[in-house]
Amino acid sequence: MKIKLRDIAHGRSGDKGDAANIGIIAYDDRGYEIIEKHLTAEKVKKHFDGICRGKVERYELPNLRALNFLLHNTLGGGGTVSLKFDAQGKTLAAALLRMEIEIEN
Amino acid sequence: MKDKIRIASGQGFWGDLIEAPYYQVTRGEIDYLVMDYLAEVTMSILQKQKNKNPNLGYARDIPELMERILPIIKEKNIKVITNGGGVNPVACAEAVVDVAQKLGIEKLKIAVVVGDNILERIDEFLESGIELNHMETGESIVKIKERVLSANVYFGAFPIVEALQKGADIVITGRTTDTGLTLAPMIHEFGWDINDYNKLSAGTVAGHILECGAQATGGNFLGDWESIENFAEVGFPIAEAYPNGEVIITKHESLGGKVTFETIAEQLLYEIGDPKNYITPDCVADFASIKLEDLGNNRVKVFDVKGEKETEFYKVSVSYADGCSAVGSLTYSWPQALTKAKAADRILRKRLENLNLQFDEIRTDYIGYNATHESLAKEINEDDINEIMMRIAVRSHDKKSIERFGREIAPLILTGPPSVTGFAGGRPKPSKVVAYWPALIPKSLVHPEVKILEWK
Repeated sequence: MKIKLRDIAHGRSGDKGDAANIGIIAYDDRGYEIIEKHLTAEKVKKHFDGICRGKVERYELPNLRALNFLLHNTLGGGGTVSLKFDAQGKTLAAALLRMEIEIEN
Repeated sequence: MKDKIRIASGQGFWGDLIEAPYYQVTRGEIDYLVMDYLAEVTMSILQKQKNKNPNLGYARDIPELMERILPIIKEKNIKVITNGGGVNPVACAEAVVDVAQKLGIEKLKIAVVVGDNILERIDEFLESGIELNHMETGESIVKIKERVLSANVYFGAFPIVEALQKGADIVITGRTTDTGLTLAPMIHEFGWDINDYNKLSAGTVAGHILECGAQATGGNFLGDWESIENFAEVGFPIAEAYPNGEVIITKHESLGGKVTFETIAEQLLYEIGDPKNYITPDCVADFASIKLEDLGNNRVKVFDVKGEKETEFYKVSVSYADGCSAVGSLTYSWPQALTKAKAADRILRKRLENLNLQFDEIRTDYIGYNATHESLAKEINEDDINEIMMRIAVRSHDKKSIERFGREIAPLILTGPPSVTGFAGGRPKPSKVVAYWPALIPKSLVHPEVKILEWK
């Protein structure tokens, strides 16, 4: 069964130099089980193919039902140097929520 | 000792909602008003202003705000803590003194924290073998030394604690961590031990929640954002802190916004790296340890926060000049809006190439199509698109190339694809690019100093 990430989670993103961080928070415990299992660093890297040019690191915050992703080399040089329209990665959390996840029924 | 204190966030950045601090001091009871004004880019702008006029270099919103709130904070005994002193906290404090005198306010103690500005000390450090290498690339600062615009150390909560212990009503600092502004009154009021890292981390977490203003109370909330009421008068967050390190995040009842598990969780994840190592000058907080309990009625308890001893370094933020950039845009209407915009981009790039201009980077985005989500944007049916804005940005170390680029946008209106408009702003002008050089410096080399300004 395919589910939309945006149906089970919300999030926020921002900049850390040339890296972007994306925090994804599940709405409930079942949602956290799903993202904890399926929303891997590899999948996020693949999702942002061509946008994230460095590695993706994943950190877990189970108390908050949340995962934090650091996407290195993503913001076109970062903050004030970047020519990107969204130079601070503010819309990247929404971009990650576009993902669909295949889960067992 | 007080059994609790209420610390209110008044600004999340310089340029934030001007009414917010006024609401915080008038719509309910608070003990402290904390205001973060400094982003990295702000420091270089302020340094530039100070270079032109030695009496400037701070957030000039502060005297204007003080004129409105000084009588109120004096009457209610609310203390104000801000890092809006920028690169000239003394001048900022003197401007506030002027306001107070003008209003006839007596017996006000203003403290200033200085010592964070190390712009004049870089050579001294280099000579003594402190290399200020780039934290990520490891390169030596010598490479950019001649182009440095500003250089500041991030101080933490303790200089502010010293100021409060000296009886300050208002504390104005230069580069202080956003979290230190909120942590300091807790240490001061509750007498927390300098080695009680769990409590220092609890206060740091509260500071992280407060530092971006309404981002904790429903602003920029990607959850059920349509459920947020009264954005027009959004309440900024208030940390109700207790001596045991527990903090309840809330807001004034009569203001808009929302404080829930979800709004707080989003802010906790904002701009963090490894959650187990949230490093400040005061402690290393473990964000994975944080527990939240939604108490209802816009109250969320933050508790059980753990943390470790601080590191032996201060973070240094150096800004330096790194060439110029310019951005131009034109808007194309239906039909074939995207096809026209893409054609215009090709024509423009060919002209720039023919002119043999030198650019480090040229980047085109199509606003209305893929400017935010890039390759993740869905393909669009051009028949359904009313208009597309072509935005083209260039960066170069050759200012002449940037200037010429600025003169190549308008000609596209008569020499390119049709149904084009949106050139009212004039030629794109070169703006200076300011880049950042993060580094570390041993704490033993830089010392904060607290000065008190007092008058009768």
